Amino acid sequence: MRRFEMIARSPVFVALFLSLAIAGCAKKPVNSAGDLGLGAGAATPGSTQDFTVNVGDRIFFDVDSSVIRADAQQTLSKQAQWLQRYPNYAITVEGHADERGTREYNLALGQRRAAATRNFLAARGVPAQRIKTLSYGNERPVAVCDSESCWSQNRRAITVLGGAGS
Amino acid sequence: MRNTVRKIFSGFVLVLAMVASATWPASADLKLDFTKGNFQPMPIAITDFLSGDQLGVQISGVIAADLERSGLFAPIDKGAFIEKISNPDAAPRFDDWKVINAQALVTGRVTKQGDGRLKAEFRLWDTFAGQQLEGQQFFTAPDSWRRVAHIIADAIYERLTGEKGYFDTRVVFVDESGTKEKRIKRLGIMDQDGANVRYLTKGKDLVLTPRFSPSRQEITYMSYEGGKPQIYLLQLETGQRELVGNFPGMTIAPRFSPDGQKVIMSLLQEDGSANVYAMDLRSRTTTRLTSTSAIDTGASYSPDGTQVVFESDRGGRPQIYKMGADGSNPQRISFGDGSYSTPVWSPRGDLISFTKQSGGQFSIGVMKTDGSGERILTSGYHDEGPTWAPNGRVLMFFRMPPGSNSPSLMTVDLTGRNLRKIQTPNLASDPAWSPLLE
Repeated sequence: MRRFEMIARSPVFVALFLSLAIAGCAKKPVNSAGDLGLGAGAATPGSTQDFTVNVGDRIFFDVDSSVIRADAQQTLSKQAQWLQRYPNYAITVEGHADERGTREYNLALGQRRAAATRNFLAARGVPAQRIKTLSYGNERPVAVCDSESCWSQNRRAITVLGGAGS
Repeated sequence: MRNTVRKIFSGFVLVLAMVASATWPASADLKLDFTKGNFQPMPIAITDFLSGDQLGVQISGVIAADLERSGLFAPIDKGAFIEKISNPDAAPRFDDWKVINAQALVTGRVTKQGDGRLKAEFRLWDTFAGQQLEGQQFFTAPDSWRRVAHIIADAIYERLTGEKGYFDTRVVFVDESGTKEKRIKRLGIMDQDGANVRYLTKGKDLVLTPRFSPSRQEITYMSYEGGKPQIYLLQLETGQRELVGNFPGMTIAPRFSPDGQKVIMSLLQEDGSANVYAMDLRSRTTTRLTSTSAIDTGASYSPDGTQVVFESDRGGRPQIYKMGADGSNPQRISFGDGSYSTPVWSPRGDLISFTKQSGGQFSIGVMKTDGSGERILTSGYHDEGPTWAPNGRVLMFFRMPPGSNSPSLMTVDLTGRNLRKIQTPNLASDPAWSPLLE
């Protein structure tokens, strides 16, 4: 409690809180995202935040595998619907590997994951030429520790939106 | 950057002259046999070189450190010395050195020449035979004194082991700073002992896997510059940089051919496969060497340039394969437990070093070029990416402690003895050894 008061009194926190509150008002959804079956969120439909929060921008892989798992298929199917609805975004799929491999193999494995992800999205109707791929290998882990709990988060493909939004 | 790079290599003029080079009967030859199982490093006395300033002590210190780090020599503490060398041209009192068990003795002198250059002289003595084994002198710019020390250490190493030295060499590597999740990586270059670190890139772009040209002051490396990861060449003397080829996808894992005229690398393709390509740097033509749907990468030429070793997961897990330099007749050569990657052909041609993953450990090992005779030299949570010293006796690699993503550079002898850490200013990975400097 005491700690919260101290933080709340700091000018940085107050400024951040205010800016979030203002942004929240300005970006209040006008149309519900419910008709896409994506669930309601605070993000503006069609925004990158909408994509990240309501669709999910990443999928995960098994060890040394680029097979799109069942849970990943669900996420990518939702991604494909969303990306077709908002066709003006440029798309880059980033492939990543965990740290339990050698650097060069992991770069190639990241590419293989990115390619598998792009192929899945293309099969679900997103034009393949709209999707670029990029591998970071094991260069950009999201979690670093010496166990599977971290490695499983790092074996991922992220669909990154760029260019003009819809 | 240009200036920095140029400074490293300019202004070094070396004149080598043999002062005395008599031949000795083979029976009296002082020679180290480091192939024996019960190997003991040779006790050697390295006296402070005579000089009017601190330079003599500094040069002796670098020589002693080089020889000590090789694991083959045990420099004797200077406090034990009995004779104080006052005239390095005269024969020492051998009994004074035998009594402290110095098998070999090094004496020398550094003097400033009228033209501003340094003159460094040394003599190597066999104390038990009472003979001079080697005597040379060098002239150099004063700021190249460390190089002279390394060259003298190489001469001593060569005379006493019968093998070429490797101390007058450099290492390119990736300097790492920033957070564990988002490392800032810069290309660095340093002397093999970790001295004289300079940076070749600023850290804006992610850079990986630098490799030295075997024939020129040139490196090849991978950079994420401009968002499209590609292979580049960097001339160390001029700072001039250029792209290697213009491929449709990412290119990774570059390495020079032994004549320095080609770069072999892998192209990451649309379908998720990785295939090996070679590019001729003069004609700019590229040749595709593998055509599988697998990951083929980590290619490395044999020293005669006729063969290529590489890693591939075409059989499931990554294993080491060998093929002709034209891509002909690929055959698997690694058959042990686990997976194998980063194969690098020894400069002597007789061995292939690799990274092996097995049982949750990463190891550095060597095998014969047909895949037989595998020996693991060092193992740990994460040991990766061996590079050979130019004499083929020492390997450098990087090691990460568990869960840290915090690499440092290590060396290990071909026998698996003498594991050492190389001190670097920051975290460091992806080392690549230069050839012996010209």
